[in-house]
Amino acid sequence: MRNSIEHQKNIIDFALSSLLRRKGKNAGLLFVYTLVVFALASVVFFTHSIRKEASIILEGTPEMIVQKIVAGRHDLIPLIYMDRIEKIRGVSSVKGRLWGYYYDPVVGANYTLIVPENFRSGEGNIVIGEGISRTRLAFEGDTLEFRAYSGKIINLKIKNIISSESELLSSDLIMVSENDFRRLFGTPVDYAVDLTLNVRNPRELSTIALKISEILPDTRIILRDEILRTYDSVFNWRGGILIVILSGALLAFIIFAWDKASGLSLDERREIGILKAIGWETSDIILMKFWEGIGISLTSFFSGIMLAYIHVFFTSASLFEPVLKGWSVLYPQFKPIPFIDASQIATLFFLTVVPYTVATVIPSWRAATIDPDSVMR
Amino acid sequence: MRKSNLFLSYIAVNLLLLLLIFVHASFKRNSDQRFVIEKRAMVKQLRLTDLCLFTDASYTRHPSQADLHTAFHDHPASLEHFPSGSLLAPPPVIRRVNEKLD
Amino acid sequence: MIELVNIRKVFNMGKPNEFTAINGISMQIDSGKMTVLKGPSGSGKTTLLSLIGCMARPTSGRIHLMDREITSLPERFLTEIRRKTFGFIFQQFNLIKGITVLENVMLPAYPGGEKYSLLKKRAMHLLDIFDISRKARDRVEWLSGGEAQRVTIARALMNNPFIVIADEPTSHLDTKLSRELMGIMGRLKEDNRTVLIASHDPVVYESDAVDRVIRIADGKIEEHR
Repeated sequence: MRNSIEHQKNIIDFALSSLLRRKGKNAGLLFVYTLVVFALASVVFFTHSIRKEASIILEGTPEMIVQKIVAGRHDLIPLIYMDRIEKIRGVSSVKGRLWGYYYDPVVGANYTLIVPENFRSGEGNIVIGEGISRTRLAFEGDTLEFRAYSGKIINLKIKNIISSESELLSSDLIMVSENDFRRLFGTPVDYAVDLTLNVRNPRELSTIALKISEILPDTRIILRDEILRTYDSVFNWRGGILIVILSGALLAFIIFAWDKASGLSLDERREIGILKAIGWETSDIILMKFWEGIGISLTSFFSGIMLAYIHVFFTSASLFEPVLKGWSVLYPQFKPIPFIDASQIATLFFLTVVPYTVATVIPSWRAATIDPDSVMR
Repeated sequence: MRKSNLFLSYIAVNLLLLLLIFVHASFKRNSDQRFVIEKRAMVKQLRLTDLCLFTDASYTRHPSQADLHTAFHDHPASLEHFPSGSLLAPPPVIRRVNEKLD
Repeated sequence: MIELVNIRKVFNMGKPNEFTAINGISMQIDSGKMTVLKGPSGSGKTTLLSLIGCMARPTSGRIHLMDREITSLPERFLTEIRRKTFGFIFQQFNLIKGITVLENVMLPAYPGGEKYSLLKKRAMHLLDIFDISRKARDRVEWLSGGEAQRVTIARALMNNPFIVIADEPTSHLDTKLSRELMGIMGRLKEDNRTVLIASHDPVVYESDAVDRVIRIADGKIEEHR
């Protein structure tokens, strides 16, 4: 046992000497490889964190939402629909919901206005999200001007600012009273934007949904499960930009591995011949090449992972900001929660370390079986 | 110091750091737990349906509420023009419209 | 001690460039003596050395090493025997570039799994014997011809082999260095090692240390001295 550990260490010694011989080339390789791992790991950590958090916090979303559809567009829903829905067996409660978008020309940002069930801040007052406060430089006690549907200016006073810890949900929210909402948007009193339902038995959801679609054919149903699934696939690799980033990284990778796998240079082959001539076995040669591959890939792997962790969870994925911000003026500042697990690390390991090491070992297999007498010529 | 010993200790240190990352993550999750609870309560109380990730278009701000037509409100044949739309795939719900009711 | 029985070596068998390097050689090499294989280039001396040194297998015939038949051994055993029994001094030095002299000398012992500190000590000792220990940490590219030659000899002795094989060891050396080399070869013989040299250099085969000269031409033995 002792013998074989020493044996491995001896071989590692030579493998490292071999890598140190071409310092420049290997340093460059290390740098690019680390960058690839960093990019991939950052994407994995960030997207997983958002998805996990979404699955936890959106659990309390309404069980069912009923929207009215007119000419293919989401339209206001008459509150009398509630009476018909209430009569369906299994429905425990149905409520109207008022929410909408307001475009603020002052900064060019979109806000989401919502009327909470119990709005206690009083008429003429609003509670705004931290993102709005930041974008408009508006604080408690300030007044914001809104232009109503009629052209009239409505002033609303900021009573409170929603805690910055919940920016992931509330960054662009404005909580407003029902009267103010209707004044602003002209939503008639007997209409709501949509209806939210709670049912007694969750297993009855699809039956109830079916009934609703029968009695109210101009409606569309959204179930809680569907809302949650929307966020399961957020930042899915199949989505646009992400696949560009990932393909880029993967391509860079394949180029390396290809360079390695396309065979050894004449010099390298001669060296292997020399090693064999002085008594190294085929297995020793392959081991040496393996450790050469591991030397580069493990080092890059660890550095890339650690840098990615710092990037995503300490700087809130700041490098992704320009991509995520897009055209929005109001960009939520939230800190992703480190929902990392061993499977993410394992996946990254198999995607990065294994292919490179394999690509280093395979071509050396053939060369390692060179007859040692080739160096005699 | 002998090269192989240096390398092996470097690997050992890195493994330790990786472990440290897991420990830190665990601690942070615990300390952030109350914010998660706070957000969860907010969702329930305000009957929210979406995360505030992209505020540039309605169908990226509330993707779970969007339907097949939302992206094309401007024109039936208009192409995707909000950058955030390329980060967000159409939600599964509209890819299988009414699947649950069939 | 080393016995060759009817050895034939054919390269590229069955192909249009088929070439018979060794055509039926039988001979015996005595232990503890210095034997020189003399002959022009292309005579097959190098091939013969590589066959004796377990670097290649003959097309037909048998080789016995200390009464042990080695021609039919699997590769792994052959390599082990090669590592433990033989020390090679190549015509082209064949030192590994980019690493130090010391590491080059230590290389043959790496597969053995001995402790690093022991290997280092032994290697330094060998470099000392050949008076190049001050170059231990230098790159091999910076050595002169004579110095490089001494490093290859040190390397050849790393595993304490009892047979030393040298292929045209004086081809890159001037007369003075060649004579020095033969002096070293003589000392190896005095250490009770068997020395086998292939050379067409008179400085080598006319040296006093040589016990026997075998003349090879066209893959066959011509005469023994």
